[in-house]
Amino acid sequence: MAFLSYLISGLGLGSVYAIIALGYSMVYGIAKMLNFAHGDIIMVGAFVAYFAISSFKLPVFVAILLSIAACTVLGVVIERLAYKPLREASSLSVLITAIGVSYFLQNGAMLLWGTDTKIFPTIMSGSLNMGGLSISYLTLITIATCVVIMIGLTMFINKTKTGRAMRACSEDKGAAALMGINVNKIISITFAIGSGLAAVAAILLCATYPSVYPTLGSMPGIRAFTAAVFGGIGSIPGAFLGGLLLGVIEILSKAYISAQLSDAIVFGVLIIVLLIKPTGLLGKKISEKV
Amino acid sequence: MKKLFCKKYRSRTFSFVIVLLAYALVEILTASHSMTRLITSLLVPITCYVVAAIGLNLNVGVSGELNLGQAGFMSVGGFTAVVVSGLLASTISSPAVRLVIGILAGALLAGLIGWLISIPVLKLQGDYLAIVTLAFGQIIMSILNNMYIGADSAGLHFAFVTNNIKLAEGGKMFVSGPMGTAGVKTASNFSAGTLLVIVALILVYNLMYSKEGRAIMACRDNRIAAETVGINVAGTKTLAFVMSSALAGAAGALYMLNYSSVSATKFDFNTSILILVYVVLGGLGDMTGTIIATTLLVMLPEMLRFLSSYRMLIYAIVLILIMLVSNNASLKVKMEKWKQSFKGNREGAEKNA
Amino acid sequence: MPEQNGSLNTPVLEVRDLGIDFGGLTAVNNLNLEVKNEEIYGLIGPNGAGKTTVFNMLTKVYQPTRGTIRLCGQDMAKLNPVQASKAGIARTFQNIRLFSNLSVLDNVKVGMNNSLNYGIGASLFHTPRYTQEEKRSDEEALSILDIFGLKEEAETIAGNLPYGAQRRLEIARAMGTHPKLLLLDEPAAGMNPQETEDLMKMIRTVRDHFHISILLIEHDMRLVMGICEKITVLNYGMMLAQGTPAQIQSNPEVIKAYIGE
Repeated sequence: MAFLSYLISGLGLGSVYAIIALGYSMVYGIAKMLNFAHGDIIMVGAFVAYFAISSFKLPVFVAILLSIAACTVLGVVIERLAYKPLREASSLSVLITAIGVSYFLQNGAMLLWGTDTKIFPTIMSGSLNMGGLSISYLTLITIATCVVIMIGLTMFINKTKTGRAMRACSEDKGAAALMGINVNKIISITFAIGSGLAAVAAILLCATYPSVYPTLGSMPGIRAFTAAVFGGIGSIPGAFLGGLLLGVIEILSKAYISAQLSDAIVFGVLIIVLLIKPTGLLGKKISEKV
Repeated sequence: MKKLFCKKYRSRTFSFVIVLLAYALVEILTASHSMTRLITSLLVPITCYVVAAIGLNLNVGVSGELNLGQAGFMSVGGFTAVVVSGLLASTISSPAVRLVIGILAGALLAGLIGWLISIPVLKLQGDYLAIVTLAFGQIIMSILNNMYIGADSAGLHFAFVTNNIKLAEGGKMFVSGPMGTAGVKTASNFSAGTLLVIVALILVYNLMYSKEGRAIMACRDNRIAAETVGINVAGTKTLAFVMSSALAGAAGALYMLNYSSVSATKFDFNTSILILVYVVLGGLGDMTGTIIATTLLVMLPEMLRFLSSYRMLIYAIVLILIMLVSNNASLKVKMEKWKQSFKGNREGAEKNA
Repeated sequence: MPEQNGSLNTPVLEVRDLGIDFGGLTAVNNLNLEVKNEEIYGLIGPNGAGKTTVFNMLTKVYQPTRGTIRLCGQDMAKLNPVQASKAGIARTFQNIRLFSNLSVLDNVKVGMNNSLNYGIGASLFHTPRYTQEEKRSDEEALSILDIFGLKEEAETIAGNLPYGAQRRLEIARAMGTHPKLLLLDEPAAGMNPQETEDLMKMIRTVRDHFHISILLIEHDMRLVMGICEKITVLNYGMMLAQGTPAQIQSNPEVIKAYIGE
């Protein structure tokens, strides 16, 4: 019974990771870059929601929308200012720039909002009781949100014109441009979606773990990035699978093995998986023509 | 003499010159009491980061493998050095000797761990390799943060996660889990650090100009062609990886023997990223650039102290701007044109002379 | 350094019933050919016929599904690409694969890596042995570059060379491995008639100076008919015809395969 409870907790945490991982995977798949600052966009989303609810006393629903809007705009602005000029540069240069953006966001937040930890207000409480098993409504909503996003995004990618354009860009940007696709717009949309999702993840994360501080996004960012690679970077179902699995492994290892070593165990599992499947669980194999 | 300054070896000569000049400058400033306490406290850390960055440049710049776990190897070397140095504290009184032995032990163990890790890691490519090095770095930090090491008359004691070591009378704890090291008899100094930088430069440059070095660069430039001319790609990349980790271990040893207490969390992912930034900014494969970039970037937050709370923000903006400027294609073309006209003028002058 | 390649009777390369399947697709089947001592041999055929696949099998990048490959009598079945190189097979690529950030000289020296006699200790500390071996290899590499007309460019970064020089460098690097058999994959690709003429001269010079056998893939018929002593024609992975240039040129099957009905 305890196991099931932990499992569901893990799925809850994993759902948050999955939503964040989706952002990483989409941006990597289409813009071919690792957006290190993604975790810090989550942090901004958390702060916006926090201030909206605590200081401006806005209803939760409005706070969520505000947070999504803020993160979406932030993501697109960052892309235009910092990443777009480097589209032809080496991926290492882009990585370093992303690190710079990450530092910028973290230190900017410290300056604007202070380094002290703020407590995110409780926006949902209560739990469902099913024969001895107690699942909080929050966890249920989190998992449900993740599933909805996953289905919605998959349908968007597969059934809409923009989604097709995104898939084309992820295969070959040059060819896509020659087919009349506005690659700049597609990349902006990708960042917008990824950042918007980051806001959703932020709120779900803070609702469960209510501390808000400037380096909030760092650990979840790394975990979600790991999850994205774990599932196969560039793959949307991979991000989903990787995130959920990672969350479950993290919670289970904290519960059954050791809280202090859960980090090591999570990363250990990642290494083992990558050794068996070098491009991640659902990743594509790329071979070079001789 | 001509050979030292010809185009091929110019950069190598420069790096040694810079190091010696910097050392001389520091000694002069120290003797004339012009050094601030802040800068003095940064001297040993700068040499440590330079050595670690030189090692990372070997991996990332010369071998072309993105390594996001360099700090992990530093901590392995550091903790090893602390334990070894602590064990020898009673028998060897000279801090210099203890330091040398500590650094050698640290480099050795870090190199060994690097070799073990390279076996799975080098089977992967590109971003996947990067993420696995990140994972190993985190695992190492996690393990070292939960390690308890102590010694008494009965010998060396290890404990993991829970400290169940019962030390006999006169025993000493070297490593105490999350608290890190404690009571370390420091042995590092700037001269030793500078010497380590010079040793690192000699080893790395010697390697780069040898058949193994050429092989490493060949594997980076074209893996398939390298295989075709009979180069063992896996072995070659392993060599670069092991040397890189050993250098990081030496750097970590120097670092942790500089303070009476350091926690394993100092060598986290952020530190690995920091060293990567130094390497990229200094130029991949360019050791001179690494020395300059690391020194400046370690000192920059301190030099910007006058900007008080804004300094880290400025640091971040400076970083972004440098990346944007150095990758600006039209700027590069202008720089090339300027270089050519300069060279053309000089060649014209030589012809006329 | 001129090499003696086995006795006059043992062919340098002997391929028997060679074939390879990729999943359900048979790319090459029933290939038989022999390259004799100091022979220039041509492998031609329409695009997609499987010629580069044959090269990849000879260099053990691909493991054949069927058949045997013998280099100077030695069975190559269990060898990996590194061992194949040490056994004496060298190749160039359809798309030039140089070490573009290394100098011209260093590219050739990398080819010579396996003949440099010093270990990691010597490398790290630049012992007298290192100095001696490096000097020796410098001299040899420069003499190889001289044959390819690249001696003046020894310190140029390989990526900055013009196209024709890059192609020549790739062959020079291959010669650094002291091969018995040199595989050239479309060496004349992208060359104008004058460059092709020079290339033909150079290939003959390489064969005469280094005493090796050469197997080349080419689409330029003037070059093929001009320097090859024997030719195998490949179509859809199978041997269509085999013989001297004169025989091949008058073979109706070959004409049909290239020009169509």
